[in-house]
Amino acid sequence: MRDSPPVQYMDAVTRRYAALGYRPYAWYRADSPPAFRALPKPVRESRLGVLTTAGTYVAGQVAYHYKDDTSVRAIPGDTPVHRLRFAHITENYLEDPRRDPNCIVPMEALRAAEADGVIGALAPELLSCMGGIYSQRRVREELIPRVEAHFQAQQADLALLVPM
Amino acid sequence: MCHQTVCLIARHLEARGLPTLVLGSARDILAAGRAPRAVFVDYPLGHSAGRPFDPADQRAVLRAALRGFEAISGPGGILDLDHRWPEDGDWKAAAVDPGRGDTRQPRDTTPRYQSEADRRLAEAAGAVVPD
Repeated sequence: MRDSPPVQYMDAVTRRYAALGYRPYAWYRADSPPAFRALPKPVRESRLGVLTTAGTYVAGQVAYHYKDDTSVRAIPGDTPVHRLRFAHITENYLEDPRRDPNCIVPMEALRAAEADGVIGALAPELLSCMGGIYSQRRVREELIPRVEAHFQAQQADLALLVPM
Repeated sequence: MCHQTVCLIARHLEARGLPTLVLGSARDILAAGRAPRAVFVDYPLGHSAGRPFDPADQRAVLRAALRGFEAISGPGGILDLDHRWPEDGDWKAAAVDPGRGDTRQPRDTTPRYQSEADRRLAEAAGAVVPD
């Protein structure tokens, strides 16, 4: 089974929604190629900004809600991993992240990459949101400007985005 | 859906001049969303950054993924990692089982704290949702 094909999630969700009698989910299918920028400098000299969409927050912050929450949390880079929490509409995928956040938020692996010089530096805060947003319009109009403003303020050279 | 949201974010940031890399585990959604650069790790959803309690795997996944910044040479490229989940067949069947799969929660604007203690902590601190 080592080379079994990847799971077809879009088909599975389409079938599940049909079985439940929901309206079909309108998946985004890009109709144009993406932009593609040359790296401004090598990765090992770059400041890396990071966004996780697993609904990560720090104990003491307000958790996410499940009705197209487009807010962003800034998580200080030195936050102990055991203080990371999760609130995401597809809670069934949170079982392991809640036991070991590093399997979805590469906090300790990023620190190690910085310490070993694989990247130049980590941005001082890791960004987080709850990516289970049904409205693509709200992603574009509300979430994206917030994320972009944070990355600009961090003077990130590169952005690593980790969805759940 | 998280993967779709991230494709939208990545396409926007890249168009605005910031090079991006998506590290995800739903290859079909990444391909449809055409992120500028994507790295696919064939792990169950919720494990894009590696196996739980396996720091060596987590570091290996991240480092292999970061190579995508320089290895992916054109728009929409997807780098497939060699990492394999130990119980490969079982989890893939479960992921598409209509009786299992994701269990979406009721959609309202109540913050969904992981625990009641978290709620009390945030309220005691007077925490607010950032703008």
